[in-house]
Amino acid sequence: MSEDSQILFGLYVPPHPQPLLSPDANAGYANLRAAFETCRKRIEESDADLIIVYSTTWPSVVGHQIQALKESIWTHVDDDFHYLGSMPYNFQIDSEFSHEYCSAAEKRGLHARTVEYEGFPIDTGSVVALSLLNPDNRIPACIVSSNMYANRSETIVLGKAANDALVSQGKKAVVVVVSSLSNRMFTEHIDPSEDRIHSSKDNEWNEKILEFFADGRLEDLSQLSREIHGQIRVQKVVAYKPAWWLAASMGQHNNYDGEVLAYEALHGSGGAVIQLTPSSGSFGDKEFDEDDVEYYQGDRNVLNKGNH
Amino acid sequence: MSKGEIVLGCLAPHPPHLVYAENPPQNEAFSEGGWETLRWGYAKLARKLKTIDYDAIVIFTPHWQTYIGTHFLGLPEFKSKSVDPVFPNLFRYNYDLKVDVELAEAMHEETAKAGIITKMMRNPDFRVDYGTITSCHLLNPSWDKPIVTISSNRNSHYYSNEVMIEQAKALGEACMKAIEKSGKKVVLVSSHSLSHRHFVTEAPLPEDMSREHIYNHSQYVWDMKIIDMFRNGQMKEVVDIMPEYTEQTIAETEAGGLIWMMAAMGVPSYPAEIYGYQSVIGTGNCIACWDPNNETRELVL
Repeated sequence: MSEDSQILFGLYVPPHPQPLLSPDANAGYANLRAAFETCRKRIEESDADLIIVYSTTWPSVVGHQIQALKESIWTHVDDDFHYLGSMPYNFQIDSEFSHEYCSAAEKRGLHARTVEYEGFPIDTGSVVALSLLNPDNRIPACIVSSNMYANRSETIVLGKAANDALVSQGKKAVVVVVSSLSNRMFTEHIDPSEDRIHSSKDNEWNEKILEFFADGRLEDLSQLSREIHGQIRVQKVVAYKPAWWLAASMGQHNNYDGEVLAYEALHGSGGAVIQLTPSSGSFGDKEFDEDDVEYYQGDRNVLNKGNH
Repeated sequence: MSKGEIVLGCLAPHPPHLVYAENPPQNEAFSEGGWETLRWGYAKLARKLKTIDYDAIVIFTPHWQTYIGTHFLGLPEFKSKSVDPVFPNLFRYNYDLKVDVELAEAMHEETAKAGIITKMMRNPDFRVDYGTITSCHLLNPSWDKPIVTISSNRNSHYYSNEVMIEQAKALGEACMKAIEKSGKKVVLVSSHSLSHRHFVTEAPLPEDMSREHIYNHSQYVWDMKIIDMFRNGQMKEVVDIMPEYTEQTIAETEAGGLIWMMAAMGVPSYPAEIYGYQSVIGTGNCIACWDPNNETRELVL
């Protein structure tokens, strides 16, 4: 663990339900499931106090939402993959931490709020991740949304606020980003045994991103996020944000031991289970011109300027 | 069996704020009101619906988003609680609704015949989306008619607004064939806002109407342009400019609902009935309907 981070290690996992609901339908799904289980054991062997999940499949509009209901119980069904089965869950949430995270985000200029409602629809990605990584609720969790309008500044600040809250409460965490690499799925139903990455281009980009992860080059990936978004992300939201949040929460540098535990196709998208552990070594010789940001200043009111 | 028909097509936006403002017993949250222009418009359209003989409501919703084809609800009953993931403070609604599975299956079959990827949704734990619930509650608070919910396949995201239009047209035409074969009288509902840029902060009291306004003037001007075309029966022209409109206003038309409904109704050239326009957390919302019956069609607003 680096001096200024309370994060023991970070995980990057896919949101799709196949590793949870149909791991035997394809050798690749089984491989992803095995990688999730390896990560589960590593979390159990760590002395983490909680798991913080940043999920790209929980979009928010009104600021940044943070799950705070102490016991979140429901049975979730995915919009597309409902035929694979239901996902009952019972998650223990570190409500005290969630409130601290919300407060830390507000102190950095973000609009944030906690949600504490029975029956709140926890998203597929979070349900898959927590069901596989923390099946017995050995440690509590916190889940944070991905605001659909937020871009780099907000996301960087949101990541830093997670670490602020950990420092404030003296807690140690494992952070989990739930996201595909390339996210273009096949638009028809397929035989799972024939699953593959949607295109060679997506696969080549995924392989390049995995090289960076394996080398521990998290800040390099953060700086490449806009390019990644343009190249291999379906344009559902304004930006590819997971590496921004992960780097901002864990530390914006390349001093990590990276391990790619699995990389497989999930209905055409790129699904990888990756671990990044803070280390003392560094990689790369690049500097970047995307400025760092500590405090979110809000909209710049561009639309209302220059028209007088 | 006589030929089935579409007896009304409704543009029915689904901000959960409107149900919240009504304080129905199904919703847990409590409000002091708000957004009356839309709620009163909905009430008037709901009264019109009570005067019409129909068998089912078929609703196309942007909040059941599917990427692998178009899906249809395929079980006769759904009973659960819908909590809006974006506005959980406003919408926690206990629903108990019936589905016209026979009609859903007929649409599924015709859609597949048209070459569209499609799937029936038969998981009993599936939670019906809040767009369906909001629009249906406001149009028919007594919930005394079965519904068919159609998911929105996100062609705009995967391809372009132009592809979305072509797919939505094909879906609408297929649904119309299924309705005609069914012998049923059906109300279509396209559930969405017009311009769809939200404010990302919320007033401490969400129903504080002193805080409510459109996100920016450009969105308002575009919305007024589209509504004028509705009034003038220029739906073919609306379809033509839809890609530009959707891009310029981040409109919720991106899901394809309006095009689906217009295609099913043969792209009406008669005027729409306008029931109201108002912003909700910055988005532009219009309640309108297309009544194919010349004798009952009104000039409402």
